[in-house]
Amino acid sequence: MEESRRSFLKIGGISVLGLSALPVLQAVAQNDGPKFKPDPNALQARQWGMVIDMNKCWEEQQKRHCTDCIAACHKVHNVPDIADPKREIKWIWTDKYEHVFPDQAHEYVPEKIRESRFLLLCNHCSNPPCVRVCPTQATFKREQDGIVMMDFHRCIGCRYCMAGCPFGARSFNWGDPRPYLAEQNMEFPTRTKGVVEKCNFCAERLDVGQIPACVEACKAKALVFGDVEDPDSEIRKILDTHYTIRRKVNLGTGPNIYYIV
Amino acid sequence: MLEKALRGSQRYWSWILFLLILIGVGAGCFLLQVSQGLKITGMSRDVSWGFYIAQFTFLVGVAASAVMLVLPYYLHHVKDFGRITILGEFLAVAAVSMCLLFIVVDLGRPMRLLNVLIHPTPNSILFWDMIVLNGYLFLNIVIGWTVLAAERKEVAPPAWVKPLIYISIPWAVSIHTVTAFLYAGLPGRHFWLTAIMAARFLASAFASGPALLILLMLILKKRTKFDAGQPALDKLSQIVTYAMCVSVFFVLLELFTAFYSQIPGHMHGFEYQFIGLEGHGVLVPFMWLSAILAVVALTLLINPNTRRNEKKLTVACIAVFFSLWIEKGMGLVVTGFIPNPFETVTEYVPTVPELLITLGVWATGFLILTVLYKTAIGVKEEKLG
Ligand code: SF4
Ligand code: SF4
Repeated sequence: MEESRRSFLKIGGISVLGLSALPVLQAVAQNDGPKFKPDPNALQARQWGMVIDMNKCWEEQQKRHCTDCIAACHKVHNVPDIADPKREIKWIWTDKYEHVFPDQAHEYVPEKIRESRFLLLCNHCSNPPCVRVCPTQATFKREQDGIVMMDFHRCIGCRYCMAGCPFGARSFNWGDPRPYLAEQNMEFPTRTKGVVEKCNFCAERLDVGQIPACVEACKAKALVFGDVEDPDSEIRKILDTHYTIRRKVNLGTGPNIYYIV
Repeated sequence: MLEKALRGSQRYWSWILFLLILIGVGAGCFLLQVSQGLKITGMSRDVSWGFYIAQFTFLVGVAASAVMLVLPYYLHHVKDFGRITILGEFLAVAAVSMCLLFIVVDLGRPMRLLNVLIHPTPNSILFWDMIVLNGYLFLNIVIGWTVLAAERKEVAPPAWVKPLIYISIPWAVSIHTVTAFLYAGLPGRHFWLTAIMAARFLASAFASGPALLILLMLILKKRTKFDAGQPALDKLSQIVTYAMCVSVFFVLLELFTAFYSQIPGHMHGFEYQFIGLEGHGVLVPFMWLSAILAVVALTLLINPNTRRNEKKLTVACIAVFFSLWIEKGMGLVVTGFIPNPFETVTEYVPTVPELLITLGVWATGFLILTVLYKTAIGVKEEKLG
């Protein structure tokens, strides 16, 4: 446990020093508590959301069994590759239509939709039950941009959030995940056994001005990331002109992932 | 007074030794779990709570049931319970201790337990559950011990315990209500998403707890000089009868709502329990056993002749206890996760280390119970001369 925290601090420290050493040091020196200035390039939004154009995605999937987004995400976030479906860790993955939209599936759905794989990730719900149930605030909604985040160092592993999330978006580290990492990205912490994890919308990348890794990796441009509360954003233009669906809207969690089918 | 627990027959010490061995084995497995992680259990991504949380849920009921003695005795002056309220409270102490232990052994990072207090989170039901459980533990230890000390000196209990006793009555209801709310408010978990959950929990608690208490009374009658008295047993068995009737009635209400509405999500849980779902049905035999035990128990309990017969009452109480243990301690928690959010079924079967840890916690509870009961009975025997 302490290993990852230390390396996280170390890396955090180095990157902070490298990025903006002076203002940070001044801020720390002058104030009673440590305060860090946000990166001036940080991407900002009132509520981040994502549109996934499944048609573009399927085309790419068919062409070359594309899993670029999954590979990119899992690589930058040190998501272990555990084959056992009972114990696997998933931040972004694919599944069948009837599993992703169980309350909309019926036997006469066009074959293409029935047979193709949909992309899934945490919905960064507007009214997230995972945040509501967490007893330690280890799961929390970032006030500034609506990202549902996790503090791996605070999580006690009670798994209440897993019972609370109706989308199966959360994974628990049943054992030590590190042996399942082919290589390690030193810029992101690894996890320890006994904590929950999930997609964080690449909050760490947004904060230094980068778009999410999955969006960046998608050559088909099937993923569009943006501020759903900004009427002028690209994502809103797409939502204006396309019919989109979300998962399990009747549960009232307010998912922020939109699908074009 | 505790020294009374240090003197006992050979049989008493063999029992203690037996419990200590179970505790030791459980502790060993727990250490293994701490070092390996929860992967040594049968839980999975889909069924992320299992046997531990199920035991916890069942035992909260046993703990809450102390109120079935305290309330009649202190509010309605039912004298027959005078001799045994302490035993009810001590049973509650043992049961809540087990509840707390089951929460701890279920955590992925038990060393961070205090985070719940360091970062109090009023929106989480688990936070409130911690508060009410610890409060209830405290109340019952203080009340039980003080009243027992007074009894020993043959004086009236100090005035300050009275308010605590009155507080403990709604508090007992609160522990099971809050525990029901852990489940009842989650979107997408249809099996748990029912307004009657807390009521169901209380009804089954008031059946299973007093049933266990009757069994304990009968054991004490055999093994010690202490006899709770026929009137107390009669009243307790009536309570078990009514509570069991209400508990079964509540389950039937759930079945009606699910199967008359024909909403798949609401039917799935019960289908999984009683006929299996998508070819999965490890719980099916157990749930039918639970149903059969419930019928047997009701038949024996409703008829006053069989209820007053000590042997048949024993059978009835065992039936009640195991019927409800299967329903809550095996079925309820697991079924809530089936089917999973993707409408597929992943089954759950506890592993051997998981069962041994569970057994270790139960043994710890029984050790606490034995020591407290030994003390209480010692005081009572002392007075009997
Ligand atoms: S999808 Fe699940 S984990 Fe993600 S915010 Fe919504 S409830 Fe929480
Ligand atoms: S497992 Fe961790 S993140 Fe999830 S509810 Fe418990 S403490 Fe919060």
